[in-house]
Amino acid sequence: MSQKEINLLEDFEQKIKDDVKIEPKNWMPEKYRKTHIRQISQHAHSEIVGMLPEGNWVSRAPTLRRKVALLAKVQDEAGHGLYLYSAAETLGITRDELFEQLHSGKAKYSSIFNYPTVTWADIGAIGWLVDGAAIINQVMLTNTSYGPYARAMVRICKEESFHQRQGYEIMMTLCNGTEEQKEMAQDALNRWWWPSMMMFGPTDAESTHTAQSMEWKLKRKTNDELRQMFVDQTKPQADLIGLTIPDKDLKWNEERGKHDFGEIDWEEFWQVVKGHGPCNKERIAARVKAYDEGKWVRDAAMAYAEKQAQKEAATQPISKTA
Amino acid sequence: MKNWPLWEVFIRSKNGLEHRHCGSLHAADANMALENARDVYTRRMEGVSIWVVESKHVVASNPENSGELFEPAKDKVYRHPTFYDLPDEIKHM
Amino acid sequence: MKENLIKYILGIADNSLILGQRLSELCGHGPSLETDIALTNISLDLLGQTRSYFQYAAKLKGENTTEDDLAFLRKERQYLNALLVEQPNGDFAHTIVRQFLFDGFHLLFLEQLRTCADTQLAAIAEKSIKEVKYHFRFSSEWVKRLGDGTEESHEKMQVAINDLWIFTNELFLMTDAETAMHREGIGVDLESLRADYQEQISEIVEEATLQIPETKYWQKGGKQGIHSEQMGYILADMQYMQRAYPNMQW
Repeated sequence: MSQKEINLLEDFEQKIKDDVKIEPKNWMPEKYRKTHIRQISQHAHSEIVGMLPEGNWVSRAPTLRRKVALLAKVQDEAGHGLYLYSAAETLGITRDELFEQLHSGKAKYSSIFNYPTVTWADIGAIGWLVDGAAIINQVMLTNTSYGPYARAMVRICKEESFHQRQGYEIMMTLCNGTEEQKEMAQDALNRWWWPSMMMFGPTDAESTHTAQSMEWKLKRKTNDELRQMFVDQTKPQADLIGLTIPDKDLKWNEERGKHDFGEIDWEEFWQVVKGHGPCNKERIAARVKAYDEGKWVRDAAMAYAEKQAQKEAATQPISKTA
Repeated sequence: MKNWPLWEVFIRSKNGLEHRHCGSLHAADANMALENARDVYTRRMEGVSIWVVESKHVVASNPENSGELFEPAKDKVYRHPTFYDLPDEIKHM
Repeated sequence: MKENLIKYILGIADNSLILGQRLSELCGHGPSLETDIALTNISLDLLGQTRSYFQYAAKLKGENTTEDDLAFLRKERQYLNALLVEQPNGDFAHTIVRQFLFDGFHLLFLEQLRTCADTQLAAIAEKSIKEVKYHFRFSSEWVKRLGDGTEESHEKMQVAINDLWIFTNELFLMTDAETAMHREGIGVDLESLRADYQEQISEIVEEATLQIPETKYWQKGGKQGIHSEQMGYILADMQYMQRAYPNMQW
């Protein structure tokens, strides 16, 4: 390492220490850049793959009010994907390259979206639990060290605030409804609880990235800390609408001032992460199809833009008076 | 075929305020960039006016020159009102 | 009078409902994130308009009718939308051309409706007109882009226009309810919009280097409740929850 590089690294580390954000043109270690591309794009992919299970119910939403709310939510996710891809692009990679990584299976996304949305109550459960878990993670990230990522998160958190309410309201309405509706809600909670718990990633002891991410202030809390927050936050919400979280070990621990909870089935987690969840293939296939079928549209728009620019150049006088 | 270029989006949230950078997006041409900006960045009444500029046209200062660009202003405290002592009796000046 | 007014409102609302429903199917499957977001905005505008119309019609109907009863609990023959809006999304060319052909009509229609004698309808039209102006601008831009883009896009667009043009005539055919409402000073004289429509659409199609096909035979029926085979599937999908779980709150 040359003296110049040593100085740059020291300067970078000082910025992190002083909570000064790192901006795109600032020098950063190559590993910081790569880790951020990986993490931000993974986050972006999760947003756009996440549109699919919920989009699955837009056309069947039971009322017009529910339909517009769900559609607006799924649309927000496209927006969030867009903000995040843009943040990743500031690190010197294009959106198309990122799509390519998603489509080839090289890039990961949140494994929760590989579970099917079987009934309408799943839309409630996703909003309540999945968005609830996501918000905990995202609020932490508004404070992350990379400027564009932090700014995208601020915007996203502002917009997400209605998502979880939307989901919880669906669950609450079901619980206030007929016996059949209540069963539908409980069934959805049963199926989505554990996958939601897995969203925070492996335990701290198993997590390979946590230490480095904490050091760079990419993350400010560990997976286990965030998971604990989620449990403590969600349990009373379930109680309030009369639903039972499917974990017999879940109970209040007076001493810790927190809930204890049961063991996650990590085998299932890794199976889904590795591509063998119930919907992995469909999700990627849907994204690839949209991308491939959209190619002629994107190309045509580019060709048209170039033609227009040429036309404009041809008709423009040589010197312009302002 | 080339990909849609990247554009930077600036939004005036209400009259009387300046346009502020709010994010980026992809679009094939300026018209599309404006429309995409409207659809992506003003869904919640965030704006009354939009500017878009293709990202490649933004000229940015190099952080490596930050020292000579920005440090020299640091010791010019006499440009700030608090530099000057006034009697306590004068509340506003 | 009241029955005709209700029928008249349902006809307008069903166009927005079914097109909004069609567009909502696309969310997450478009050619770019930006277009996904844009088309969803149009879908949300249309569904918002639908709700205003249905809420008004429900009030006129009385008997505790709700917007959702009207949206989800009618039978196939009771939906009064034009055939154009129920056509499948197809490729992006078909989606855009369907939108463009409808938007052009929709804008002219609302400009008249906003001056109608029924203040409620006039108010809904007034609000919707701003949205639809944008829709027409958006779809026109895309018609030009794709028509005058690449050879491939040009071809796809011409196919879409050839496929969908035959459904445009129906937009101007007056049903009995529409004629009756026109006599009351409420309904729009659809025939009077035809020339402007032809002119506006032709201008953009021409700029897009595309052609409007010669047509001797037109398709019609939707406005009388005689739909294409597509419609049953749209309704099966849209009504599923209300049919499978009747009389519940959601």
